[in-house]
Amino acid sequence: MSSNQPVVYDDAIVKKFLGATLLWGVVGMLVGVILALQLAWWPANGDIPYITFGRLRPLHTNAVIFAFAGNAVFTAIYWSMQRLLKVRMWSDGLSNFHFWGWQAIIVSAAVTLPLGLTQAKEYAELIWPIDIAIAVVWVAFAINFFGTIHIRKIKHLYVAIWFYMSFVLTVPILHIVNNLSVPATLTRSYPIYTGMTDALVQWWYGHNAVAFFLTTPFLGLMYYFLPKAAERPVYSYRLSIIHFWALVCLYIWAGPHHLLYSALPDWAQTAGMVFSVMLIAPSWGGMLNGLLTLRGAWDRVRQDPILKFYVVGVSFYGMSTFEGPMMSIRAVNGLAHYTNWVVGHVHSGALGWNGMMTFGMIYWLVPRLWGRKMAKESWVGLHFWLATVGIIFYIIAMWAAGVTEGLMLRAIDPDSGLLLYTNFLDVVHTLDPFYWMRFGGGLMFLTGILMMFVNVFLTVRGSGEPFSAPAAAVPAAK
Amino acid sequence: MSNHTEEHWHRRALEHRSTLFAVLTVFGISIGSLVELVPMFTVENAAAHATGEVQPYTPLELAGRDIYLREGCYLCHSQMVRPMRAETLRYGTWSRAEEYTWDRPFQLGSRRIGPDLHRVGGKYPDAWHYEHMKDPRSMSTGSVMPNYPWLLEWSYDAADIQASMKAHQRAGTPYTDDEIAAAPSKLTEEGEAIVGRLAEANITTTSDKEIVALIAYLQRLGTDRPKDVAKGGE
Repeated sequence: MSSNQPVVYDDAIVKKFLGATLLWGVVGMLVGVILALQLAWWPANGDIPYITFGRLRPLHTNAVIFAFAGNAVFTAIYWSMQRLLKVRMWSDGLSNFHFWGWQAIIVSAAVTLPLGLTQAKEYAELIWPIDIAIAVVWVAFAINFFGTIHIRKIKHLYVAIWFYMSFVLTVPILHIVNNLSVPATLTRSYPIYTGMTDALVQWWYGHNAVAFFLTTPFLGLMYYFLPKAAERPVYSYRLSIIHFWALVCLYIWAGPHHLLYSALPDWAQTAGMVFSVMLIAPSWGGMLNGLLTLRGAWDRVRQDPILKFYVVGVSFYGMSTFEGPMMSIRAVNGLAHYTNWVVGHVHSGALGWNGMMTFGMIYWLVPRLWGRKMAKESWVGLHFWLATVGIIFYIIAMWAAGVTEGLMLRAIDPDSGLLLYTNFLDVVHTLDPFYWMRFGGGLMFLTGILMMFVNVFLTVRGSGEPFSAPAAAVPAAK
Repeated sequence: MSNHTEEHWHRRALEHRSTLFAVLTVFGISIGSLVELVPMFTVENAAAHATGEVQPYTPLELAGRDIYLREGCYLCHSQMVRPMRAETLRYGTWSRAEEYTWDRPFQLGSRRIGPDLHRVGGKYPDAWHYEHMKDPRSMSTGSVMPNYPWLLEWSYDAADIQASMKAHQRAGTPYTDDEIAAAPSKLTEEGEAIVGRLAEANITTTSDKEIVALIAYLQRLGTDRPKDVAKGGE
């Protein structure tokens, strides 16, 4: 606190991560649309090994989670933590190592997965040398993160920093424990766990990737960028404390809800179900804190597309975190598991929550980073509507498909006591219209992010009007 | 930066102290992790309590399993028959934890774009699988599964399978050194049996082809039903 020299923040690193977010977002969602087409029209698999559904789907999930959402979170962290702690990142070298290391990991994933080099564990497909690279890059990031906290000029850690911290600490623990394996060759390895033990470790990892990669850092993002855009302080500091600690302590138990009715021991299934249901409370604590921050600013939501992205994003967070606990109840899961309902649920989170929050952040950041208004300001509102309507098409199609297939596959003829639909294919083709509807919704969402990509490109190239940030009237509460 | 003056106790106790905050966060995530994971490593660990009833995959089955993993079959097919009437009618007896004893990685799957495969072993003749992988629609009218013609042409590598077996052995699967050394001849022996059955259906192939290994794996699936279940039916 002794120095009065102005702090020069490292915004070059923020620009890099923002650009990477956009690029990988387009790639990941494009692959998603191709997969949607393959399900509606199988010849799109092309008889080519490298683009069959089984090899492309991991590319899609890894690209959207670790490349799009990951880079978005890093963008948020590098911008906001410097400002919240009033200090430049501890080491520019580590910041850049983190950036280039992470992009190299993504590129190697994009090469290896279509080649069929995979660990065949959902969301942990990347082969062991890439897993080691992830751990190394993460440690560099964590050193930089805690180094920056150590040299901070603001003693108090703002809410966003807590959520970022839970992300930085938990992700490497999940990643390392789940990927412990014995290499057979340079590209192949086998887990040290077998069978149901491997299954539980995997879903402990898998569900907490949702928790600590796609939820807590995005809540951190929300706690910084939403109050900034709304120019209102966060609604309740006390609520943020309660829901932070509850999320950290409860989420970690939820993994077994992916294994209900499986050969996993009953006690573990029940623990997973009970904690999943309890998660409604802290999840909605976050949603309410976000939405109530907009109290008194609702008139601006009507005009400001950035706030619209946030309102829809936080609302989807609330809907997904209601739907998730419901689907974790055994009886509901019995119907929903293995069906498109799960796919719809995941996308209401990924497109609705992660996507919309990221888009809102990018439209807010670009003018501040490059000093120009968006080149095509009218496109921002258009993007919002394309994305929102696209998601609605997507999830309605998947809900309908999921419930349809769940009911058909379990239907018993009351007279004979045997299956009503004996041929699995009866069910497959009932879903065709829903698959086309989902393809349409996905295409709309992809069109939206492409418009954003072009818009940001034009702005960076210099075709927007000059922008000067309004003097912050009410900074984020701390 | 802030205009409010009240100082809560927890601000000084916690939100000003980054190290303590980090330690408590890790503590928070440790409780649930330890309670759920440790019993799965110890008392509930099928591999640790293996009785010898479920044998590890043979070299050819393991080669086929590597292909199953490579092609991402688990993204459309589950290997977990749930204990529900509709499932046992459609697929067969429900799946037991013991059956997965040597599955590294597990392949339960999370989505059924196609049917469950845990009881597919022995359900169809070898020739059905051969034709089905070449063109799924020839065996299953209206199927949306991709064609896998390359499996009929590509060959697996015996040395590669020995490397797989060694890694499984180091991870704890009970392959003996002799079994690993004898893997190349065992692969041919197992493969020739399948090639012979395919020849009866007028299909000509050789025992080194990937399709042969995949058929071996698919025919093994779900045949390790514990004896009490096998006898007592559903």
